[in-house]
Amino acid sequence: MKLIINGKETDFSDGLTVGELLVEQKVKMPEMVSVELNGQILRRAQFESTALEDNDKVEFLYFMGGGSGIN
Amino acid sequence: MELTEQQIQRYSRHIILEQVGGTGQEKLLSSKVLIVGAGGLGAPAALYLAAAGVGTIGIIDADKVDLTNLQRQIIHHTGDVGVEKVASAEAKMRAINPDVKVKTYHQRAKADNIREVIRGYDFVIDGTDNFPAKFLVNDACYFEKIAFSHAGILRFDGQLITVLPGQTTCYRCIFHAPPPADAVPSCSQAGVLGVLAGVVGSLQATEAIKYLLGIGDLLTGTLLTYNALTMEFRKVRLKRNPECRLCGENPQITELKDEEQIVCDLKDCKR
Repeated sequence: MKLIINGKETDFSDGLTVGELLVEQKVKMPEMVSVELNGQILRRAQFESTALEDNDKVEFLYFMGGGSGIN
Repeated sequence: MELTEQQIQRYSRHIILEQVGGTGQEKLLSSKVLIVGAGGLGAPAALYLAAAGVGTIGIIDADKVDLTNLQRQIIHHTGDVGVEKVASAEAKMRAINPDVKVKTYHQRAKADNIREVIRGYDFVIDGTDNFPAKFLVNDACYFEKIAFSHAGILRFDGQLITVLPGQTTCYRCIFHAPPPADAVPSCSQAGVLGVLAGVVGSLQATEAIKYLLGIGDLLTGTLLTYNALTMEFRKVRLKRNPECRLCGENPQITELKDEEQIVCDLKDCKR
């Protein structure tokens, strides 16, 4: 199946879950990623149970700090 | 407010813009923006907003200028090492534009002071570097109903989103809570291209000015991501999250509190 991940089309095997996709994409620490699937932000608890379908649009959104320390 | 001859000259490149004009410039001069953090993002934002003639600029930061800051925090100069960042930033903003009234807050932004600090400002720029602070700014702006620009930078990547609290997607809609301590590297651990802070902080200043003037399309409901290596900008549309703990249908966060997270850097570990 074809997935659009952060705007780029990529082929994957059918029936992949969001959790498995994170592993395939070599996201080492899933706790640092938010996932939007077809316009909806997923809860972390849904990662393992959400199966992806052909043409799904997935956005990995990363935590980013930067700027100035105010602590 | 009537522009003086000097001001008409100083702001002439703004005034000849159809979308700004004399009226827009007067609007900027009577506007108030608060910058949280006088660091990589806050530095260019403060300089450009001062140059643009934003009448009142507040800046809050508890740190002093460190030698490692100078690679990207362009509001601080070599001679400022050891000086309070807010004092250093104030001096540069006044030097650029004496029209601007600068208010400094040499303190940490915390749950028990931030609402009072941001109250009365028209727009807030989040230039903080850590996640508890970013959630704090998001939540405080929600409770005070003040529009703000969120941004983050790391290595060669940057991202920003503009939030109109209660109306558009907030930081908590996307990221529910701070990540576990040390799950995300900080700039001091992972590095950051200095000029990246300039690009992203300047984009935040652009959003502030557009918001104050009521022109153009804001980055609301839209995360703009930028990679300096590929020079790719992407707009990611993000809808409001009905399950958001702050601004969703059943909010669980009803008052401001500090989120705990250990922030480590190369020199020391502090809570």
